[in-house]
Amino acid sequence: MTISRRSRQYWLPRPLFSLFLALLWLLMVNDFSMAHVLLGLALGVAIPVVTHAFWPEEAKIKRPLPLLRYLLVLLLDILRSNLVVALRILRPARHLRPGFFVYPLTLDDDFAITILASTISLTPGTVSLHYDSEANTLLVHALHLEDEAEAIASIRERYEIPLEEIFR
Amino acid sequence: MTSIDMPWTLQLVIVGFLLFGALVALIGSWGLAKLPDIYTRLHGPTKASTLGVGCTLIGSLLYFSHQQGGVSFQEALVTIFLFATAPVSAHMMGKAALRRRLKGVPGTRNMPDR
Repeated sequence: MTISRRSRQYWLPRPLFSLFLALLWLLMVNDFSMAHVLLGLALGVAIPVVTHAFWPEEAKIKRPLPLLRYLLVLLLDILRSNLVVALRILRPARHLRPGFFVYPLTLDDDFAITILASTISLTPGTVSLHYDSEANTLLVHALHLEDEAEAIASIRERYEIPLEEIFR
Repeated sequence: MTSIDMPWTLQLVIVGFLLFGALVALIGSWGLAKLPDIYTRLHGPTKASTLGVGCTLIGSLLYFSHQQGGVSFQEALVTIFLFATAPVSAHMMGKAALRRRLKGVPGTRNMPDR
């Protein structure tokens, strides 16, 4: 590894993240003047350098296009799940069949698993509660569990397979 | 602010978003109060409130975009942060409940016995 490459790795460990932080800063102050662009860029460089040690290995996003489609599906599902949960809340509680199930993961990237767990928590009637790193499983609680196998299959098909595509 | 310089159709849309958001947030809070155990209660705040706050923010975004001219992005940021943090807090609360071996409501399937 040459000197210049090493210093790039040190000062700019993840360029995309730096850009994201700069953009976030600009949106947050809602002011697109030069001074704030420079301040945002400075923060974008400084924050990753300072917090570098806390981050896991950088996730590799291989294909951005499926990621966009994934976000769109997720947004629609959030909308749907909100309505479903609202209806479940309004109905008498004795109709509820809450239950736990163990979801076997096939993903092995930490970041991808985090996204999957967050997705499960945001979508129809499920909250992820525990990640078992040895067995590589997620413990999921469902507000209304009718068929375990079906719940697992739908999570695999809707979210995990697209995520595998994005991160592999 | 008594008279707002805004077409009435836009006012109607904004009011619609605000009222729907408030209604969904109310249902979510009611769920928090009436659901039988901590695990089912987790579902109210993570979902019903994201849509409720989301709709309220869309109303706010429309209003301030019209009043100030140009799109106001801060509401979009609030939504992103909310979507990123709600699952994490639900996960931590659920995990804490599991650690303390809190009982689920009778009839809960596959209750973990750790």
